[in-house]
Amino acid sequence: MDLRAKCAIAGLGQTRMGKNYDHHNGMGFAIQAIQLALEDAGLKREDLDGLLVNPGITWSDNAMASFSLQQAMGLRDLRLSATMGLGGATAGAMIMHAAQSIACGMANTVACVFSDAPLKPPAPKDAKSAGGGSAAAYGFARGLNAAYGQFGVNAHYAFVARRHMDMYGTTQDQLGAIAVEQRKWANRNSEAQFHDEPMTLEDYHHSRWVAEPFHLYDCCLVSNGGCAVIVTSAERAKNLKKPPVYLLGMGQGHPGGDPMDTLLSGAPIAKETAFKMADVKLSDIQFAQLYDCYTFTVLVTLEDYGFCKKGEGGPFVADGKTGPGGSIPVNTGGGQLSSFYMWGMTPISEAVIQIRGEGGPRQLPKHELGLISGNGGILSTHSSLVVASHP
Amino acid sequence: MTEANKAASVAKPIPTITPDMVQFFDGARRGQLMVQKCEGCGELRFPPHEICTRCLGTRAAWVAVSGRGEVYSFNIMHQVYHPGFAAEVPYAVVVVKLEEGVKFVSNLVGVKPADIKCGMPVEVTFEKLNDQVMLPKFRPLTKS
Repeated sequence: MDLRAKCAIAGLGQTRMGKNYDHHNGMGFAIQAIQLALEDAGLKREDLDGLLVNPGITWSDNAMASFSLQQAMGLRDLRLSATMGLGGATAGAMIMHAAQSIACGMANTVACVFSDAPLKPPAPKDAKSAGGGSAAAYGFARGLNAAYGQFGVNAHYAFVARRHMDMYGTTQDQLGAIAVEQRKWANRNSEAQFHDEPMTLEDYHHSRWVAEPFHLYDCCLVSNGGCAVIVTSAERAKNLKKPPVYLLGMGQGHPGGDPMDTLLSGAPIAKETAFKMADVKLSDIQFAQLYDCYTFTVLVTLEDYGFCKKGEGGPFVADGKTGPGGSIPVNTGGGQLSSFYMWGMTPISEAVIQIRGEGGPRQLPKHELGLISGNGGILSTHSSLVVASHP
Repeated sequence: MTEANKAASVAKPIPTITPDMVQFFDGARRGQLMVQKCEGCGELRFPPHEICTRCLGTRAAWVAVSGRGEVYSFNIMHQVYHPGFAAEVPYAVVVVKLEEGVKFVSNLVGVKPADIKCGMPVEVTFEKLNDQVMLPKFRPLTKS
């Protein structure tokens, strides 16, 4: 079955992002985001017959989150329901699952949602009880990582980035260029958490170190909020409130193994499937919304889609071609580094806005065909979507 | 760390000796760095798994490795995620690629974070945390 342009994104809903305390958990933000997406599409809750959920880290009922959400928002008689977990590749994968189901007649109108309401990580309050005991609460493999002070994803991604710098001569300035260009986009996006804060390369270098080679501004934001899209058939989408965002191509790539050895994401695999389905070449792509848990992830993803050769991502981004006015605009809302962190929903949301021409001060002049990537784990999972304003 | 700092600070997390890690820590107490070896295909691996990712074999033994290798990658941690490290930030965590090919996350001793380079030759050394746990760390390899 050829899925090219069979389905479209018909609705987008995003709550206020960042320090939003309207809801105290992910469930509340998910319901709000779906309501906004339905309203955007001109649909009612009763029109939904599918619900796909990517629960953020603060959801307490991960195993059956989609059922919990169905009950919480009173959805009846669904034909499709799943809780999905591929990290930052989940949002793209949810849209693929929705499109496949719709194209083969298993569902008609599917909501895909991510939400989160992150709490501060539990810090030991009582110093006496904190040290010396089990390290299980702090780390991964048998507490050994914790014993060495290796905590969190930043620390692991930093290993991979360091390898890239060592292998290819990638510099701190080049990582910084990605952060600076995305901030320029965020300064044009009133929904962005960093809308009001310009940033120079010097500011970047002065931002505090988290885990070298990552400064604070190499790392994505932390956001409370929810983001949902409504996927339906292309035929149905044409008759709804907003112009359809056609799903031309879709693919996934999950390379396995150790990214420190390959310095590769799953993009080459996912791209092959998605571009073939969409019948497009890289030179057709007018903008790219690339998953950016770190600046480094953007650099690797640009290489892996072939915007430049492997190892040349650093020089490629250094001259501003990903920023406003650049030849390949990337993360045009500011991305997760500078707008908000809704995992894979952040790049999808911005692509929908651009394709529809709703970008306001940041609207791109060419916005008919765009690329969206999702990336989970440590370059472990990857989703690729090619979206367009026309079938 | 000075003795004064030690007294003032909270202890770092001490690894729990889980059943699958008994032989690793037995080896460490003898001054040997141990990894798992698949009895099906001979693949070396660490941390331990129940099933070999290469041949899917379920039988494995623990073997001592040379303890020599090189720095494959590293980070420098500037934030305090556990109070036991408060007196040490910024500190480096390294990935050592052992001569036998297995990677091992650890710390370097006797090297300032700013002086760490990928490719630096290193060898294992053990830090005594208590009577049960000797923690493998690495130091620059001195030519013998």
